Amino acid sequence: MALQSLDIKARSATTTPPPRARNPVHVAKLIDISKCIGCKACQVACMEWNDLRDEVGTNVGIYDNPRDLSDQSWTVMRFSEVEVEQGRLEWLIRKDGCMHCDDPGCLKACPSPGAIVQYANGIVDFHEEHCIGCGYCLTGCPFNIPRISKKDSKAYKCTLCSDRVAVGLEPACIKTCPTGALVFGSKEDMIHHAEGRIADLKERGYANAALYNPRGVGGTHVMYVLQHGDQPELYANLPKDPHISPLVSLWKGVTKPLMSLGIGLAVFAGFFHFVTVGPKEVEEEETD
Amino acid sequence: MRTTIQRYTARERSNHWVVAIAFILAGLSGLALFHPAFFFLTNLFGGGPWDRILHPFIGVVMFLSFVALAARFWRFNHFTPADRQWMKHIGDELCNRDERLPEVGKYNAGQKYLFWTVVVTVPVLLLSGVVIWQPWFAPYFPIWLLRVAVVIHALAAWIMILGIIVHVYAAIWVKGTVRAMTRGTVSEAWAKHHHRAWYREMTGK
Repeated sequence: MALQSLDIKARSATTTPPPRARNPVHVAKLIDISKCIGCKACQVACMEWNDLRDEVGTNVGIYDNPRDLSDQSWTVMRFSEVEVEQGRLEWLIRKDGCMHCDDPGCLKACPSPGAIVQYANGIVDFHEEHCIGCGYCLTGCPFNIPRISKKDSKAYKCTLCSDRVAVGLEPACIKTCPTGALVFGSKEDMIHHAEGRIADLKERGYANAALYNPRGVGGTHVMYVLQHGDQPELYANLPKDPHISPLVSLWKGVTKPLMSLGIGLAVFAGFFHFVTVGPKEVEEEETD
Repeated sequence: MRTTIQRYTARERSNHWVVAIAFILAGLSGLALFHPAFFFLTNLFGGGPWDRILHPFIGVVMFLSFVALAARFWRFNHFTPADRQWMKHIGDELCNRDERLPEVGKYNAGQKYLFWTVVVTVPVLLLSGVVIWQPWFAPYFPIWLLRVAVVIHALAAWIMILGIIVHVYAAIWVKGTVRAMTRGTVSEAWAKHHHRAWYREMTGK
């Protein structure tokens, strides 16, 4: 929710500049998958801080629980058992949730002014009281994150604990992580921290260890350290080169102003045709 | 006394106006979500969420009523070789040089183009609209299809809106036309001048 109304970088369905007076530091969450033990404490902390309670599901034979993101589960651990090399099983556990893109597709697609805002610190936040429930954000998101509630038809996702961050606290998931797999700070510091981790992983035989901060969406404010940075798909289909769909860019990019202009021009063309050429009149002849 | 010719029955007129009212409501509530400049239109429908809730239902009314209307007018809108001739004189039509125009039946080629434009766009709007209809149908479709559907929906709506702007303007521009849809009749002179073949057919003159 908006505590920092002066710190807005972008606002949905708004064509004039948002308030940008203050310039806070860019923040980022770094998820080091090589340190994650899949304890789901972050899921619990997220539920606790945000007062969310998902339905108790059923065991479907895998560790993922809840099965998917929902209006009540803004982060879920996704467990992937993969054989990267023959005979060497790896258990890759990815904490899934909003990536807080620097170029957020959800915000671009949203038709409701102020329902989605991007704070100057990089956090992309949904303001549900302005959400109209159209689901356009789903089409904009390259990571399949927003979920529409079946109860209130509003879209929900991770806020990166914007309320906590606004008052100088770290997000709830960071606070609770017992292994240090989750760290939070300025984006610059997080990139630096990741570099150290990647060097360490490379020494330990993960030649392709890399930071996941995809350029296609302008970089993200939630980044991963991946042991297999060359194959992000191994991690429960993390997209290799995420970008806003060209269809959404077309729809919310050029066509939106051009089509509106076209409609306006058609009306004006009619008006000016009428005042120049004039109406088509028929002389009424008397019939006998 | 001025004599008139029946052009539309009461049923045809009612049907037309159900489509027209649904089109205006669907158009305004749809434009509201298309560009931020039009978002204020949501106020006409009780705010953003109500706009989103009502729009698809209005669209369904438009579709169903248009199906009935299209069935009524279908047979009058087949293109004929004469229509090709008429299209060659579109410049004369627009500049009111009516004496140069070939004879026209119940509808001229421009009217037929509008008919077929709406025949194509309305079902496209319905199908693409169902795919993105929250919360009832959209969850059953993959996201890539939602992306395709939103673009098609916007494009089809745009084409239809442009078509209807031309349609409404033509009715205002060609004097004596509106009463065909409000009262059902046109003057004999109007019919003779604009739709001579239809006039002869109707009057036997």
